[in-house]
Amino acid sequence: MIGSLRVRLFFVLLGATGIVWIAAVIWIYASSQRELENVLDTRLQEAARMVVSLVGSIEGHVPETLPELSSAPAVTGNYERQLSCQVWSIQGRMIGRSSGAPEQRLSDQNAGFSERQIDGETWRVYATEDAAKGFRVLVGDRLGLRERLVADLIKGLLWPALLIAPLLGLLIWISVGRGLRPLQAIASDLVGRDADDMRPVDASRTPSEVMPLATALNALFDKVALARRHEREITAFAAHELRSPLTGLKTQAQVALATTDPAVARAALQQILVAVDRATRLVRQLLTLARLDARAETDDHGRLPMRAVINDVVRMTPRPDGVAVVIDDDLTGVTWSGNRECLELAIRNLHENAIQHMQGAGEVRWRAGASPRSIVIEDTGPGVPEDELPKIGQRFFRGRNKSAIGSGLGLAITSLALDRTGADLQIGNRHDRRGFQAEIKLRALDSGAEVARGRAQKLTEPV
Amino acid sequence: MRILVVEDDAMIADGIRAGLALAGASIDCVATCEDAVTALSANSFSAVVLDIMLPDGSGIDLLRKLRAGGDTTPVLLLTALDEVGDRIAGLDSGADDYLGKPFDLDELGARLRAIIRRRDGRAATCLEHGAIRLFPADRNATLEGAPVPLSRREFAVLHALMERPGVVRSRGELEERLYGWGDEIESNAVEVHIHNLRAKLGRAAIETIRGIGYRMKPL
Repeated sequence: MIGSLRVRLFFVLLGATGIVWIAAVIWIYASSQRELENVLDTRLQEAARMVVSLVGSIEGHVPETLPELSSAPAVTGNYERQLSCQVWSIQGRMIGRSSGAPEQRLSDQNAGFSERQIDGETWRVYATEDAAKGFRVLVGDRLGLRERLVADLIKGLLWPALLIAPLLGLLIWISVGRGLRPLQAIASDLVGRDADDMRPVDASRTPSEVMPLATALNALFDKVALARRHEREITAFAAHELRSPLTGLKTQAQVALATTDPAVARAALQQILVAVDRATRLVRQLLTLARLDARAETDDHGRLPMRAVINDVVRMTPRPDGVAVVIDDDLTGVTWSGNRECLELAIRNLHENAIQHMQGAGEVRWRAGASPRSIVIEDTGPGVPEDELPKIGQRFFRGRNKSAIGSGLGLAITSLALDRTGADLQIGNRHDRRGFQAEIKLRALDSGAEVARGRAQKLTEPV
Repeated sequence: MRILVVEDDAMIADGIRAGLALAGASIDCVATCEDAVTALSANSFSAVVLDIMLPDGSGIDLLRKLRAGGDTTPVLLLTALDEVGDRIAGLDSGADDYLGKPFDLDELGARLRAIIRRRDGRAATCLEHGAIRLFPADRNATLEGAPVPLSRREFAVLHALMERPGVVRSRGELEERLYGWGDEIESNAVEVHIHNLRAKLGRAAIETIRGIGYRMKPL
């Protein structure tokens, strides 16, 4: 779980600030220790040289003893008696020492820096000698004192830091909160919406980091709005289309009730039967369409002998007298792989469509197309007026030459079913004679992109 | 009443035809805007029942065109689009009334009678001329309060004459009111109906204007 972004950012920022701070303290500690050592070492050297020149300036031999040297009081009491000085003869006799200096010899070395443990304290000592006058000067200070100096320096840095830390934390907390405000604005905008509100999120005042989120949200809204509009249109049209058979039912029923003429009553009752058939068919088609709409993937039933599939459909479709149905022999070798249910649905719709528009007599012919990936159905009906051709695939469109029980959904269902099993539908009037023809074309096998495109088109197709 | 029904759904058109015929109207049905324009230019109708969604265009556009051309025939829009907005658009484009599908045949008849009545500038539901009163809704007539039995066609002829009592109706006009396009017109039918009406309402009730036609006798 990610938890609160604000808390996370807070701790990350605080942690990062803390690490930077600690690193700075360590660095300051190290560098000031080095600097301090330099400075103090230099002071030791200078003090030693000073003593050497002082003692050397005494005329004649070096005295046997020197009065006790009192080191100058330091500015701050804490660091008093920093330096201790011893003067030894070359022979190794102590000539004199500063007050507070240990009696033990500070260093065995004759010249230069050395460190030595005396009375449990580590001393840093600089030694120098005046060979001509025969004495040696040792000046040293305690290392512990140096450590304390550095520690005091660091403490001086840390105390204000510890005081500022909560203030810094507060500032980080507030500014992270302010930084996240655009997200909160978007969230509260979305929370207050009802399900139908697809207005885009206001992206004009969002910072560039939040922009991708707002843009993605708006794109999603657009898609959802489009899909919903599509659905609403379908529902509206379905409701509208159901009203026609219902109106027919009602008026004819009223006629049948009101008339005294048995012939009129009988005709009205027959019309009622047609209206019921039409409503039934429309409902069935709508359910099919809804099922196809909902299902994106279909099972592949392997190789299907298309002549047998067509034959099954034709056998199960009632054929009026006077209409001949021919299934050409050239379909015998055609086997397609695809979803049997979808292909049957498409074939049945095209077949019923052809028969319904036959106006009594004529011929419906199934034949192989120009390639083994295409099957054609053609009829000898009235065809479709050229101006209506682009519209007949739209849902609920019923042209001038419509049949009595058509729902206007047949071709829409057909092309949707074919799309689901990887095929396309091409429709048009016959060129050789009067009549309508439809061609089912199996798409190329490497058509993943085409299937996706087909789906996108479906979403935007006018209804 | 002679009504033009512009409806592309054959079953609904058939139902209206049968239903309004029972109410004494003669009905002509067309399925497209184009045919409706032709029918309206060739004949005169008491009213038009107009579907909005027609295969070759919108009934509303047809209505606008008619009104722009000065046609004042009462129009009742009949459609499955019956949201308030659709009703307003329909009425504002010149319709006299609006009925959503599915509808009641009796209501359709009543609304047609109402818009025809309004077109004629009458508010009363009965037509009155002297002692004769005609009730289009119930399809009956009274003479001095006593009911007069009339056949469907006699009633239609009397109705046509009483709509505008002072106006002379030609034989052709009366035949138009009696028969739709499909009906075969009997050659002397109008004379026979006039004769029968005179027998029932009194000889002087209807005047013959020689060479022109018939009218109700001025009071």
